[in-house]
Amino acid sequence: MENDKVILLDFWASMLGLRLRVALAEKEIEYEYKEEDSASNIKSPLLLKMNPIHKKVPVLIHNGKPVCESFIALEYIDEVWKDKAPLLPTDPYERAQARFWADYIDKLYENFGRKIWSTKGEVQEGAKKGLIDSLKLLEQAALGDKLYFGGESFGFADIALIGIYSWFYALEIFGNFSIEAECPKLDAWDKRCKLRESVSKSLPDPHKIYELLLELKKTYGLE
Amino acid sequence: MAEVKVYGIFAGPFNRRVELALKLKGVEYEYIEEDRSNKSAELVKYNPIYKQVPVLVHNGKPICESLIILEYIDETWQAIAPLLPKDPYQRAMAHFLARLIDEKFVMAKYKVCYGKGEEKEKGRGETCEVLKYLDNELQDKIFFGGDNIGFVDIVASYVALWFGAIQEAIGVELLTKQKFPKLSKWIDEFLSCRIIMENLPPRETLVPLYKAQFEAATQKASS
Repeated sequence: MENDKVILLDFWASMLGLRLRVALAEKEIEYEYKEEDSASNIKSPLLLKMNPIHKKVPVLIHNGKPVCESFIALEYIDEVWKDKAPLLPTDPYERAQARFWADYIDKLYENFGRKIWSTKGEVQEGAKKGLIDSLKLLEQAALGDKLYFGGESFGFADIALIGIYSWFYALEIFGNFSIEAECPKLDAWDKRCKLRESVSKSLPDPHKIYELLLELKKTYGLE
Repeated sequence: MAEVKVYGIFAGPFNRRVELALKLKGVEYEYIEEDRSNKSAELVKYNPIYKQVPVLVHNGKPICESLIILEYIDETWQAIAPLLPKDPYQRAMAHFLARLIDEKFVMAKYKVCYGKGEEKEKGRGETCEVLKYLDNELQDKIFFGGDNIGFVDIVASYVALWFGAIQEAIGVELLTKQKFPKLSKWIDEFLSCRIIMENLPPRETLVPLYKAQFEAATQKASS
């Protein structure tokens, strides 16, 4: 689209921002990337202006107008740039399924992922079990033997999960467990997604995520 | 033949919004009242992951999570009473407001009801922050949807009715005409619509429920 100005306000390690980077790449949309240092407590004036109520990245800014929250921005991207790489299917029931699984996936980090790197002992063990059980359910009920969650095409639910998957390397080290061993189909799915340029070019270095979390543990006295 | 069922509970804000959407669109459905302490086999079959209301079953296929159900209803029965705007940016804003209510506002209200000290104060602040945001969003419109009831109005029925009942039950008054004039005017307008009056539970039935809930929780906390 001509005269379109797209800015992505994001943080390199953000699993939510990663979703938007992948979607923008899938649709070959040109945009300006602006880094926000979410690890520090300082929020930029642009972030405060564009997302005054939540003050969080990612924020997609299209011709000066902000769209906040990753799933809302994904659907916006899909509706505005609808001619290439559709992220959601056309059938209303299939769309509801994709949204349902994306929502389920979204809860994984808040309910379990966060505790795996920031806690120890029983709480951490509980979170590990919770994550593995949830991923197994996802594998069985949502993915099955399909290539992607939506079937033949890479789409909404895949993008939702790939963001969180980027943190799994770090979580496996902190939790001393292997997601690959527990969920082989999801592991195969992850490798399949990484073959896509939109994913491989957008993914942060998993070792750097681990280092970031180590630093955060020190900062917040969580060692 | 199209068959629509809704699983809900009498006082449930989330299933009532599903019923409102169907009524606005003139879709006939069968309502099944659930007992939360004794869930039906059908409910567990249709919503095995969360085992909760609301569930919409359309031609035997279940859709769960109220916002996802609302979108499904809008996409399936498109011709009558569109709930979401056509413009992608306006749609994104509607989704943003809906999530603001369902996430930030509901959590803040919980802190106001059950939080202690600093947490309670924070809850009060966050509740008012969302109310102010909604108040500003209304501008000079009759409804959030413009001239007609739309997606955000349906979701905001929680603020109009249920939050009003909660305030009365626990003896707080955060939502006042003085502080939120436009929102208060919208509440009066919205609750006096015939379709709303006919399809939402009377406030007098909600207040004692919340009083009992609050008293039980307070007693449990001090024992």
